[in-house]
Amino acid sequence: MTALLRTEGIKKAYGGVHALTGATISVDEGTIAGLIGPNGSGKTTLFNVITGYQRPDEGQVFFGDRVITSLAPEKVFAVGIGRTFQLTRIFPRLTVLENMLVAAQHNRSQRHTVRRRAMELLEFVGIHKHADLLAGSLSYGQRKLLELAYVLIADPRVILLDEPAGGVNPTLINLIADRIRELNSQGKTFLIVEHNMEFVMGLCSSVSVLESGSCVVSGPPEMIRTDKRVLDAYLGADFEDDEAGQQGPAASPGQEDPSDVTS
Amino acid sequence: MAIRVGLLIALLALAIAFPQVFTNPAVTNYGVFAMIFVTAASAWNIFSGNSGYISLGNAVFFGSGAYALGLMAKGWNVQGATVFDLLPLVGLIGAGIAVIFGLIALHVRRHTFIVITIAVFFIFQLMAFNFSFTGGSSGLNSPFLTWQPVPYNQNFYYIALGFAAVTVAVAALVRRSRFGLQLRAIRDDEDRASGLGVKTMRVKLTALVITGSITAMIGGVWFYYINQVQPQTGFDPLWDLQIVLMAFLGGYGSVSGPVLGALIIEPGSLWLNTQPQFSGGYLSEILLGLIFLFVVLVMPRGIIPTGGEWIKRLRTRGRPAVVPAAVTEKVGVAVAAVGGTPPLQPPAKDGGQ
Repeated sequence: MTALLRTEGIKKAYGGVHALTGATISVDEGTIAGLIGPNGSGKTTLFNVITGYQRPDEGQVFFGDRVITSLAPEKVFAVGIGRTFQLTRIFPRLTVLENMLVAAQHNRSQRHTVRRRAMELLEFVGIHKHADLLAGSLSYGQRKLLELAYVLIADPRVILLDEPAGGVNPTLINLIADRIRELNSQGKTFLIVEHNMEFVMGLCSSVSVLESGSCVVSGPPEMIRTDKRVLDAYLGADFEDDEAGQQGPAASPGQEDPSDVTS
Repeated sequence: MAIRVGLLIALLALAIAFPQVFTNPAVTNYGVFAMIFVTAASAWNIFSGNSGYISLGNAVFFGSGAYALGLMAKGWNVQGATVFDLLPLVGLIGAGIAVIFGLIALHVRRHTFIVITIAVFFIFQLMAFNFSFTGGSSGLNSPFLTWQPVPYNQNFYYIALGFAAVTVAVAALVRRSRFGLQLRAIRDDEDRASGLGVKTMRVKLTALVITGSITAMIGGVWFYYINQVQPQTGFDPLWDLQIVLMAFLGGYGSVSGPVLGALIIEPGSLWLNTQPQFSGGYLSEILLGLIFLFVVLVMPRGIIPTGGEWIKRLRTRGRPAVVPAAVTEKVGVAVAAVGGTPPLQPPAKDGGQ
């Protein structure tokens, strides 16, 4: 497998705050990759850098072999990277169907095909009955679904999801997870930022952990779950106490422990 | 649909018949000004109404159009009605100004954009005052047209009506097109739109160019109609406010809204200005301010959308016409949701259309 999306040594500082301090991650084609880390570890900033909303101070973003660092958002989208936002961003005063059509690059002759495709996608996420309502009247969970649907209409190769399960009820979380799996089985690649561990561990085939702006560990979920540094850095001392019995002391081979792990 | 087309044709027929029925120049004068403002307000709406970038500087195009036509007519010694053949050129000049204006102002948003449009406006007014070729504070006079007093107003009326009709048609086309959808997406969330592949700068600039060229051309027509332009009439801050008020009163963002707003406000203020008992037109300005307050406070979305909502509510006797997906937090944003309780999941049984 080759890496479809890769970042190398991304650095980004806001004044004195170093949001990213050399973040290197890679997402293989056809996988669902997870990106986790404590609040303020730079996950969303990394998303913004990848999708062109922010320019990195240093480092490169690769899409396949192509360097896409600092391309404008619309160009990144055209390359084949779609994203959703942590706080969903839909167009509230357009109808649900119109929301879908914004992302569809089409001309007049393709109008009907695009509309049909838009309705199919709305049906796929289960909000097709609301197609003619203003998107602003949707509930939060429905907005999440709409955002997922309209990213899909342009058929991006990689989809970046920023907390798809955040603030959503459990039934809807399962629906979203199902849809992601289904799309993945059709060949879509995902990179997901999420705080819901169950969601990430159940869905992703590899997980990268970001801490203080750089990637400390990455590997399959089983490995991440038992990695001591992850537990220390991300899940905190409480988790460590609760789960002390199950937890193996050794970190994954070939990776160094951070120097001080006193808690 | 058929009803709407029929209504449209009837309205157009009425508009065409108007100066034939009322031939008195004092009456047709109202018609000419109304059509000029229908054009200008609709043109304003194409860019600002759709994109949400409120421009308070469209008089830049209007005044520039007036001056451009005057200077060209004078410089090339164009006599008679052939001067109107120059209007496309005036439109081109308006487009050029829009490109420069846009490249400067469209990098900022919301309030900052409004402030910049005002600044650009004053730059143009100052230029008109201070350049020698613009005639300074005494402005320019147009060469006299050889038309007789009676068909004079009629002719101008039909020219302005033509512009109004074309502008409204363009506005309707924009509204229905993918381009219009992109503009409205920019209004709702510009960053999100660019993240979905919308080339935001290009889209905004194109809309501003359409608005600028139409406004410049109608400015040229206005100049020939009143035979003169001065810096303070061509570049008039009140003109800018009037245009915006017309769009807001009628229904900001809709196609018919600015037309209705212009048809109400322009004849109204013209009438007030010509009544001797309301000395010097101050009353109409005070009234304009009051209407502005009323619109912003009571019906911020304007007559057309609010009226449509009332009609819908009457028809459905208070029940929502469509079942809202969920109640929105902000009343101002929630539009389709006309009350009613929200089912969280897609409504299975009660999708009363």
